[in-house]
Amino acid sequence: MSQLRYLAGVSTLEFFPELCAGCRTCLDVCPHAVFESDQESAGKKVRVGDRDACMECGACRHNCPTGAITVKIGVGCAQAVFSGNAETCC
Amino acid sequence: MVGEQASPVGAVPRVTSTLGWRDRLGTLLVRCGPGRMQYLVEPGLYALHNPGPDSPVLVSANYKLSFDHLRRRLGGIDAWILVLDTGGINVWCAAGAGSFGSTNLVRQIQESEIPRLVNHRRLIVPQLAAPGVNSRLVTQNSGFQVLFGPVEAADLPAYLVAGMEATPAMRRKNFPLSQRAVLIPVEVFQNLKWLLPLLLSLGLLSWLGGETWGTLASMGALALLLAVLAGQVLTPLLLPWLPGRAFALKGMVAGLLVTLPLLASAHASPGLALPGSDFLAWPLLIGGLASFLAMDFTGASTYTSLSGVTKEVRMAGPWQVAAGVCGLLLLLVGRLPVWGG
Ligand code: SF4
Ligand code: SF4
Repeated sequence: MSQLRYLAGVSTLEFFPELCAGCRTCLDVCPHAVFESDQESAGKKVRVGDRDACMECGACRHNCPTGAITVKIGVGCAQAVFSGNAETCC
Repeated sequence: MVGEQASPVGAVPRVTSTLGWRDRLGTLLVRCGPGRMQYLVEPGLYALHNPGPDSPVLVSANYKLSFDHLRRRLGGIDAWILVLDTGGINVWCAAGAGSFGSTNLVRQIQESEIPRLVNHRRLIVPQLAAPGVNSRLVTQNSGFQVLFGPVEAADLPAYLVAGMEATPAMRRKNFPLSQRAVLIPVEVFQNLKWLLPLLLSLGLLSWLGGETWGTLASMGALALLLAVLAGQVLTPLLLPWLPGRAFALKGMVAGLLVTLPLLASAHASPGLALPGSDFLAWPLLIGGLASFLAMDFTGASTYTSLSGVTKEVRMAGPWQVAAGVCGLLLLLVGRLPVWGG
């Protein structure tokens, strides 16, 4: 079975390569392999490989040491859209 | 709990990787029941089997399902489990809500005296807690390095054996059939509060309503059940195979699928004398409602973004309302004496 994919072209994820220190934390925390890197060791800048897989969980932004990532964090839940309150989802 | 483990910080309650019948029964109830939120584990430190000063420290939420799920996967492994007070909410939701967060983690490390307990300075935090846990902040304030463990607890043994290295596959959150299936009862139960009264009223009406309206009420009850079946049972189960990416579209297709046998059997029973407009009305009603109910499953899914769901609700909402209104009008119009003749 292929990966389940959601709507394309909607994620608010933004990446600023000039700020990236290549620590690879974002590769570790992202649950949808949005970031990629050509080499195994730290020090080389990463890039956004699969932006449409981003679910806006904010794990990358929260853990990036240099502020190279921004994203409008939210819970992808219709109830939250109706009620304006993400707490209703979990 | 099976006894206690002596340690430099005093006696620590011991747990094992085996779930007893009480745990299993509790799991069953908690999946379905209204007490879903109050299934708690006392926050604090636990010894899994016989850990020592070099054993790994794993962090968990105090939602009993998270805790049980974690320990069940760790047969034969000695570890410390540090349970955070997340208000009985699972790891992912608690990380999003902030209770599985850096401050809470640092406080629990101190309260449980982890620095005196182990020789190393590493904590294994579930990767799905990363939206709440800022690893640098935790290190600064506790001296412990945060290692994000695999997404699934089932991969923990392999992760530990590999020297706390996760493969790319371990870092991905998938949404397999088994995980989708267990969510179905939760979804359906959440709707009982409006579904049951509606079904009862329709049942009453079908009993008292005479031939035309009584039949309509029975069909309405059947249609409701079919829409729930399509939107909240079939959509989760068939998620990868239903067309489109929007849940609203998947739900609508599932709704139309379940309507086909209904219409076929109605067509095959001329005794019912259904107005022709019904053959348009029921697909609209069932498809529309199933589409709406399917959107609800975005919250339970593991890959939808708020931006995506907002777009979907805006786009599909008007169509769902239109389908419902048109469907109801067609049902009525088809039964007015003038046209119904
Ligand atoms: S976490 Fe930030 S600095 Fe580190 S690799 Fe990713 S973008 Fe670059
Ligand atoms: S917000 Fe979440 S899903 Fe999106 S790139 Fe960051 S870690 Fe990955």
